[in-house]
Order: sequence, then structure tokens, then C-alpha cells
Amino acid sequence: MSENKSNWPLWEVFVRSRQGLGHKHVGSLHASDAEMAIGNARDVYTRRQEGVSIWVVPAESITASSPSDSEALFDPANDKVYRHPTFFVLPDEVNHM
Amino acid sequence: MHALLRLGDDALVLAQRLGEWCGHAPALEEDIALTNIALDLIGQTQSYLSLAGSLDPDAPKTDDELAFLRSDREFKNLLLVEQSNGHFGDTIARQFLFDKYALLRAEHIAQQTFDMDAAAIAAKAVKEIRYHADHSSKWIIRLGDGTSESHSRIQQSINDLWKFTGEMFAADEVDIAGSIAGLLPDLSALKTQWDIEIDKVLVEATLVRPKDGAMKTGGRTGIHTEELGVMLAEMQILPRTHPGASW
Repeated sequence: MSENKSNWPLWEVFVRSRQGLGHKHVGSLHASDAEMAIGNARDVYTRRQEGVSIWVVPAESITASSPSDSEALFDPANDKVYRHPTFFVLPDEVNHM
Repeated sequence: MHALLRLGDDALVLAQRLGEWCGHAPALEEDIALTNIALDLIGQTQSYLSLAGSLDPDAPKTDDELAFLRSDREFKNLLLVEQSNGHFGDTIARQFLFDKYALLRAEHIAQQTFDMDAAAIAAKAVKEIRYHADHSSKWIIRLGDGTSESHSRIQQSINDLWKFTGEMFAADEVDIAGSIAGLLPDLSALKTQWDIEIDKVLVEATLVRPKDGAMKTGGRTGIHTEELGVMLAEMQILPRTHPGASW
């Protein structure tokens, strides 16, 4: 294990709040191992009752889409309204979706 | 009353010590961890000292009065918690030795029925101390089973503080009366459990348990090391200079 602080890897932190259904990204921190990362995340990101569950992921494991690709990745979906599930007529018995 | 002062003072003095790390810890995350622990302890102090101060209806005292207006001879904390922070390893060793004791003690007080107010305070404290003990134990393991430098330094820290561990289990009249009443745990039984907990972590950390030598005592009756006087001077100067002032 590395004792040199500058070698501690970066971790991304995701917290699920009491009312939430999914973990949201709240920030990042440094820690030498996963256990310390959870402890640090608890100390840094849940001080004000923000959450009930923590995920920590090594930052290097995350692959992000590139902003320069966002046109090709996301614009084509904007004008394809036939993909949205809003054209069904639902019978009354199940019409509470 | 004495038992409650001891509980409150242990937490107060340790919190004050941990507060000295604010802005100086080796890593930002550790800075927040240590100060969070200090804030937990201050919460416990406020509860225990308020309860202690309310016991004499003719001369009630607030937690602030007890914290800021008593002299060092009137403080009943363990000598262990007043020792100066030293380096990070010294602080972690101090936490480790105290946290395991504090957790066992709080677990007992939380389930006794002699004093329900104290039980409520202890029940909340148990959750906090469980985290403190986990934090310090994990660090002992990282430092002990780390590099050769971290290993020898943390071993030295534990060796240096070992002479203050006996006081935690040295039962005097207050402890005996307290354990007969049920409020306080039986200290020799507590020591047996503490030994098991400590040894478990030390083994995993590849550290050696120091041999018991002469143990220093006196804190429980107000006879403190010179460290406490200096710390209290800094802690109490403002409220003593401006009595009754508020934010």
C-alpha cells in the first residue's frame, strides 16, 4: 500500500438519498483503498444527512462520453417521437401508468 | 455525578485534542474524518455534562459552565485522552486504545436501566463510537501492515501510550459503586473484552502488544499530566475573559 498521499487513487462517489431511487454522483475524493474510500465518502459527503447508501468507484474505471461526440450521440434522438411510448390507448383498468 | 463527569470529560478532552488537527491533517479527507469524530464527542460531552450539571437542583450547572469554568484539578478524564496529538500515528494509536474501551463502556450503559437518561445518551453514542473504533482500527492495520517506516512508527506510538491504558480498568470507589448499581460496567470484565478486541487488530496489523509495565493513573481524581493545564488554558481563555458572552 502506498503511503505517499499523491499516489492515492481518485474515487468517484455516488450517494442514494433517503427519498431517492438511484445513486447520484456527488463528487470525488482520494483514498488508498476501497474501504477507506467508503469511510471518507461517509465523512465528506454524508455529513448533512444526504444519504443512506454510498457507492465508490475508482475514477479510472469510469469511461465518459466525449463532449465533442455529443451531436452524433444524442441529437438524432430528438426528432424521433415515434420511439416514445405515448401513443397507446390504455384501457381504464390499467390506465394509471 | 462523578461517573457522568468522567464520561463527559473523556469526550471533551479528546474532542479538544482532535480539534487541533483541523486544517493540519495529512489529507483533506482525514481532516474531515478527525474533526467529525471531534464533533461527535462534543455532542456526547454536552449530553453527559448537562445531565451531570442538572443533578444538584440547588446548584444546577450548564454543560458550558462545567466545561469552561472548572480547573484542571476538577477534570475527571483519563490521562490517555489528554496526551498531545503527536504525529498522525500517535493520534491514531490514542484513538484506537480509547475507542475500543469507549465502545464497550457505552454499549453497557446503553442497556442498563439504573439511569435511563444516561442510557439514552449512550445508545446514541454507541453508533458514533462504533464508527470511530472502525476508523482507528483500520488505520492501525494500514499503518502496522504498511511500510517498514509506518510499521515501526505506529509500534512506537502504541508502546509510548501503553502506560496510560491501565487507568481505563483501574476500578475505584466510583467505578465499584457504579457497577453495583448497574450504571457502569465491571471493569475487569471490560478489560477482558478489550484485550480480545485490541489483540485481534494488533495481530492483523502485524504489531506487537507491549508488555504491561507500571501504569500511570490519577486522571479520574483530578491529578493530571501537565498537558491538560496547557490545553485547558487555551480552551477556557475566551469564556473566562468574557463571562456570560454569547454569539
